[in-house]
Amino acid sequence: MLDLIRDYWLYFLIGQYPQGPLGGLALTLALAALALVLALPLGVVLGVARVSPLRWLRWPVTALVHTVRGLPLLMVIFWAYFFLPAVTGHKTEQFGTMLAALVIFDAVYLAEVVRAGLQGVPHGQFEAARSLGFGYLGAMRLVVLPQALRAMLPSLVNQFVATIKETSLGYIIGLNEISFIAAQVNAQVFTRAAEVYGLLAATYFVLCFGLSRLAWALERRLARGRAPGRVTP
Amino acid sequence: MFDADLLLHGQYHDWLLHGLAVSLKLTGLVFVLALPLAVLVALLRLAPVAPLRAAGWFYVEGIRGVPLLAHLLFWYFGAPELLPDGPKEWLYAHDVEFASAAVALTLYTAAYMAEDIRSGIRAVPAVQFEAGRSLGFGFLATMRLVVLPQALRITVPPLLSQTLNLWKDTSIATVVGVGELMYQAARVESASFRSLEAFAFASAAYLTVSLVLTALAAVVQRRWPARQA
Repeated sequence: MLDLIRDYWLYFLIGQYPQGPLGGLALTLALAALALVLALPLGVVLGVARVSPLRWLRWPVTALVHTVRGLPLLMVIFWAYFFLPAVTGHKTEQFGTMLAALVIFDAVYLAEVVRAGLQGVPHGQFEAARSLGFGYLGAMRLVVLPQALRAMLPSLVNQFVATIKETSLGYIIGLNEISFIAAQVNAQVFTRAAEVYGLLAATYFVLCFGLSRLAWALERRLARGRAPGRVTP
Repeated sequence: MFDADLLLHGQYHDWLLHGLAVSLKLTGLVFVLALPLAVLVALLRLAPVAPLRAAGWFYVEGIRGVPLLAHLLFWYFGAPELLPDGPKEWLYAHDVEFASAAVALTLYTAAYMAEDIRSGIRAVPAVQFEAGRSLGFGFLATMRLVVLPQALRITVPPLLSQTLNLWKDTSIATVVGVGELMYQAARVESASFRSLEAFAFASAAYLTVSLVLTALAAVVQRRWPARQA
């Protein structure tokens, strides 16, 4: 296993870069981070729409959330893979396809996180803002959302972990993220699949476990910050 | 544009239905295997002996930190290679794709279900456990006769949503060539170039089963709410 690491560590980390496209772990992380950054604002909009008093806004978003949550991510990727080119008129490469699928998928899951966060903020906060003269959106944006987003921080880190795990499905459409790179290494060394895929699993584990510990630590800090008796936030 | 006829009769219809049947079979088999394993792991995590707790913790954290795809690749490409020649040949002569997918999905799902069951057990007031012990039951008997029956009732809705995840996760078995719904949809797509119909069928099938499971979880939660102790 050590000789595998010695021979292929750079390939695992960045793929063929700079001779070829960026790949491996770097691509996995870049894709997950970009997907989360793009999905977050969309998730906030969908989450706010999910608790909106306006039925024409709430119902379609609720239907969208239930539909996407009822489908496997792989199905969303297949739809994106075959229909993005049809919609945009030119062939979308694997990175764009995967990014589009992840943004849609994550935004819907984040919408539920945002909804839970919004519902966790005491209703009196909203009423107080309204009685100060803010409109619905103003009260949401300036009073309720900041509190909800703060409570969501650990969930966001967990969503990042989930997104890192989801990027592995890029393997299926030939995106050269780390799982795909591992498969290529496996094809080169042959008959050592257990070691190659064991190494892949270990890499994901170190990354995801480390991040979920971070989420756990954040949760504890936030819980301490909200200890009873504290008046100012 | 949308040729529904393609889905109602003929070869493609048969392929897709067969794929749906394989997906359902895989879900059912994995559920039956994962549930007892999950109960075992949950009990390990709450055991009074530290090494047992550590073993349960390693299992759950080790599995959850790795994507299902990596689990599948390991169990399909890696694990059979570690077997001695006899069992290896036997495995390759049989349905090695389905077997390795079932193993990967069982281990993966059990880790998530174990956490649901554990939080269900923790939701049962500690005095219930103490009462069982003070009546003279041992740890396992108290769990089995007093705590678990109450805990499982609390756990049914999260277990159902975990089953929903399992149902969706079976789609990933397509990477190792299990002929399930996603695999058959892609096969129909490449044979007929009718991606719209093939994916519409698969999506509708996934969605139907998912919505049934979601509705079931909601009904259970309403009709059989957790008892207040």
